[in-house]
Amino acid sequence: MTASALKSIVESLFFISDAPLTLERLCAILEEYDKSSVEAAVARLREEYAEAGRGICLSEVAGGYQLRSHPENADYIRRLIRGKTFKFSRSALETLAVIAYRQPITRAEVEYLRGVDSGGVVKTLLEKKMIRILGKKDIPGKPLIYGTTRDFLEAFSLKDLASLPTLKDIQELAGAFADAEQAVLPLEEPAGEE
Amino acid sequence: MSLAPAPQDTLFPDADPSAYTVRTESFEGPLDLLLYLIRKNEVDIYNIPIAAITRQYLEYLELMKELNLDIAGEFLVMASTLVQIKSRMLLPAPEVEEAEEVEEDPRAELVKRLLEYQRYREAADQLAECELLGREVFARKFAPPELDGLKPEETPPEVELFELIEAFRALLAKVPEASFHEVGAEGMTIADRINEVLDLIRGKESVTFERLFTAPLTREYVIVTFLAILELCKLKMVRLLQANSFGVIWIAPMLLEGEAAEEELHDRFSS
Repeated sequence: MTASALKSIVESLFFISDAPLTLERLCAILEEYDKSSVEAAVARLREEYAEAGRGICLSEVAGGYQLRSHPENADYIRRLIRGKTFKFSRSALETLAVIAYRQPITRAEVEYLRGVDSGGVVKTLLEKKMIRILGKKDIPGKPLIYGTTRDFLEAFSLKDLASLPTLKDIQELAGAFADAEQAVLPLEEPAGEE
Repeated sequence: MSLAPAPQDTLFPDADPSAYTVRTESFEGPLDLLLYLIRKNEVDIYNIPIAAITRQYLEYLELMKELNLDIAGEFLVMASTLVQIKSRMLLPAPEVEEAEEVEEDPRAELVKRLLEYQRYREAADQLAECELLGREVFARKFAPPELDGLKPEETPPEVELFELIEAFRALLAKVPEASFHEVGAEGMTIADRINEVLDLIRGKESVTFERLFTAPLTREYVIVTFLAILELCKLKMVRLLQANSFGVIWIAPMLLEGEAAEEELHDRFSS
């Protein structure tokens, strides 16, 4: 069979699937084709979507590929679905970031890093399937340890955990603070404790 | 819990807006507030003027109280930490014989936490910039109806405990709230339910989790059935399967070890 026939099959599979399809899964379905030609078909399809200025992209997320709408058209889609869009609060994002970069991590460790009680946020993230319980830590009290899920990768359009944006260096951060010249504090009273 | 940014001139007609700007969104926590104060005062994070920052910090807490915002305990803990750091800085350094033993700056621990926190805050900002599914990008969500509740594939993943409890919670929610209280023995034992469940799945490839909970649903019935399923799992007489997360949970009999387990079951519940 020709390459274009295979490409057409692959496109149909992506169209019907409601979750990202991995290459392994595709190859298992397309058992009569060899892996390299399936890979080539996926790559060709991706290119075609990207080149033709279509409203659909074949995005690489959560270890697989998925047909998604073009980010530029978000406004119009929001009109279509009327306000039912996904939103994360500041505290949810902060907690997710801590867990994503430091997993496996206990709630107490999250709370130390954030400086605030995070029980409620952790529960919400569990319910939203952004994080999951990985097990228990072998320290007194046997606290639960958490990590992120596939759903998290899907929601944030991440290929895998390695493609999380790199954490900034501590030195770099301190530098940003140091740039601001040590100024005299307006609130420092002369009859000082200093 | 954020205060709406009210137009300054209507609330405080004679106030100079630049003199006293109240940040309107609430702070995530004491670390957030401290970072804000450090940045606002443009001080070196490695050389924080603790006295001044503490004063501003406490003023801020006072303000939050006036605005009737709940002050979480963490804010107070941080306040006492700041005061403690200041008092340690005021104490003369203990005279150390060996010169190499350098006294650590009392602020070091706090600075480390602040910088670490700042890191994750920036990471959170970057996460927020990702193309969020359901906000910037959208994918088809609905499964074609005939694929819904599909039979498990050949090697479906085992069910996670959290999901099992989730399913149990969903079932309990279906139980009608009893409007009266009746005391009386229900007369249903886990052993009975185990046998009923076994009868139900005998000879079948698998049945759905919901099929085991047929009307009339009472709390006892649901709980006893759930415990029966857990017991059966423990005895390795059934397997719980789920094709995908959120999917239907299937219960399949395990034939091979059945007889040995049945004996154990008999021993445990025969008394």
